Amino acid sequence: MNRYLPLAITTLAILAIATLFLVIAPGMQIRGQGAAPGLQPYTEAEARGREVYISMGCVYCHSQQPRATAQAPDAERGWGRASVAGDYAYDAPHLLGTMRSGPDLMDIGDRLPSQGWQLTHLYQPRAISSWSIMPAYPFLFEHKDKAAQGDVVVKLPPAYAPETGVIVANQEALDLVAYLRGMRHDYAPPADGLRDDGYALMAAQAKSKTEAAKSAQ
Amino acid sequence: MQITPTLGLLLALSFVISLIALSILIWAIANRQVRTPDQDDARTIFAPGEGAEIDEHDKPHHFDPVRAGIDASSARPVLWLVGAAVFWLIYGSLHGLAASLELHLPDMMTGAAQMTFGRMRTVHLNSVAYGWASQAGLASVFWIIPRIFHTRLRHAGMVKTGIVLWNIGVAAGVAAIASGWTDGLEWLEIPWQIDIILAAGAACFVLPLIQTARARKVHHIYVSGWYFLAGILWFPVLFVIANIPGLHWGIEQATVNWWFAHNVLGLWLTPLGVGTAYYMIPKIIGKPVYSYAVSLVGFWALALFYSQVGIHHLIGGPVPTWLVTLSIVHSVMMFVPVIAVAINQHVTVARNLWAFKESVPLRFISLGALCYTLASFQGSIEALRSVNSITHFTHYTVGHAHLGAYAFVSLVMMGAIYQIVPRATGKQFPFPRMIMWHFWLNVIGFAVYFLSLTIGGVLQGLAMLDATKPFADSVTLLKPYLEGRSLGGGLMTLGHVLLAINLIALAFAKRETTETDNMVAAE
Repeated sequence: MNRYLPLAITTLAILAIATLFLVIAPGMQIRGQGAAPGLQPYTEAEARGREVYISMGCVYCHSQQPRATAQAPDAERGWGRASVAGDYAYDAPHLLGTMRSGPDLMDIGDRLPSQGWQLTHLYQPRAISSWSIMPAYPFLFEHKDKAAQGDVVVKLPPAYAPETGVIVANQEALDLVAYLRGMRHDYAPPADGLRDDGYALMAAQAKSKTEAAKSAQ
Repeated sequence: MQITPTLGLLLALSFVISLIALSILIWAIANRQVRTPDQDDARTIFAPGEGAEIDEHDKPHHFDPVRAGIDASSARPVLWLVGAAVFWLIYGSLHGLAASLELHLPDMMTGAAQMTFGRMRTVHLNSVAYGWASQAGLASVFWIIPRIFHTRLRHAGMVKTGIVLWNIGVAAGVAAIASGWTDGLEWLEIPWQIDIILAAGAACFVLPLIQTARARKVHHIYVSGWYFLAGILWFPVLFVIANIPGLHWGIEQATVNWWFAHNVLGLWLTPLGVGTAYYMIPKIIGKPVYSYAVSLVGFWALALFYSQVGIHHLIGGPVPTWLVTLSIVHSVMMFVPVIAVAINQHVTVARNLWAFKESVPLRFISLGALCYTLASFQGSIEALRSVNSITHFTHYTVGHAHLGAYAFVSLVMMGAIYQIVPRATGKQFPFPRMIMWHFWLNVIGFAVYFLSLTIGGVLQGLAMLDATKPFADSVTLLKPYLEGRSLGGGLMTLGHVLLAINLIALAFAKRETTETDNMVAAE
């Protein structure tokens, strides 16, 4: 360990191997799969809304990757089926998330399709769920004396409504809700869809063991 | 089952390559095929006549005019880095504290988009990762490298240019995130246009280090040098590849994301922290590390295993099974390098507990080194599928991240700052008792922080796995623990303010005419 060049070459070679296994090999496999049949590209409004979702940092509290039933009761909570790589073919940046301070949103459009509910919830989450710790986003809305034609008025309980005038959604709020309502992955997943099946394999192994024990008796 | 034979083979191959490489290394050491570094090599950090007693500024080690010139060459860039790092530490801590408060007081800061949780939290992460930890680590690198190579720092002007570029990049980056302009990937939020400035800044750090290494006056490269020289090559490669726009999308991009995000910890912040501890602990105590040959195994095992653990962030997700398994296996193998480092660093401290009492910088550094062991063990266990089902998607992960980035890296760096700055300036800290206050505020604050999130996170995870409980339960049960986290974070932030006060007061203090004075004056 006394020469610099071998040290530099070996350390970079190790990083190259790691890149091959963690990025290049899975990348080729995932690219080979393509988009899941049934997955729709984002509409213009949805794509704009997705940008709002990204810029507000929603990903730091909401995941978009329901787990398999062998691992967790995500499907029972109505968060949708376990997702596969092909479900994300149009996502850049990806928004898988690593935290669930709030629920998973992969199928929020299926679970809560109402535009009115979503707007009220964005304006003040505690107007709907008193226990919620989600930030309120009043800056995506406008306080007006009177709604103009085409304005979408937010319905609010008296405790959260302004004393006079109305709250109307601005374009960013409308786009964000369009994105959330579009988040539905209710089509059947491709048979060869890629995902981590480790838990299903573990469950299958445990099952075959107990069956073998039963038949031995 | 999607494991095709080819991919199964690849998976096995990766693990086998790492194991064979490690076996060859151990065989080579056992059969004297490579010259094993011995305890004489471990003494390269000492000047002749030095290294018998504790290194404190009121009784400095044997004075050596050559070494004084070495320190003077790097003092200025090091002090620039320390100043900038502490600025970002305070800035980042305040944003972290605000984000923490927002989670249990959601209606406190809703006035503007800049203040929303999703942006506050992200400004916090980028300030402390790229502004504080990276720059404090670089300060250690530029202080330690010339000293272990017994030669002055080359191209100090280029380093200064790098510092200016880097700070412009971090400032522009966090301003962009606060205003909503982000690349949207965790750890890679800074827009790629701004990343060009950061990459240019990082490039300015590489050449001076290589030139200094090539011009070294000692034959042996001390173990800190291996970590630093490897880290300074790994980071720019990772950073540039991960930030190239338009190359990846969907799940493919998620694997790139976590390949980068975990390697920025494993191959950048960890080498900075471990390398600093490997130098500072024996240097302060005045005795070489316990078993120097083991440090060689530790270094290469870290490189082989740590570089492939990233996908454990996607366990149970829409990524190939073999890939997740690969990262889990390598995560568990991380026990090897961590135990190697632990043997060297903890045994050295445990045999010299008297020094732990006498030197406050050593307390920061050896406690930080201990937290490296703890964080790594915890990380290996967290990667197991059964454990991950509970802890993934919860605040437990946030606690773990802070055990690594804060209790390990940040404590080591704070200790290094307290050790380096008096030597680089020839001045003593005006408020020595404040250093003790800082230490205890951080220790107690972090204990409260970590226990809150760890206990709260496990309860949150168990509630989410229980289908009979509504999701709301996992939110409401967490509230007292989130409040505990804010309390702990507040104490930690207060400690950082004391560090800043001491540094500012030192900057305005007059230089004393002690023996240490000569060390800087002799340029």
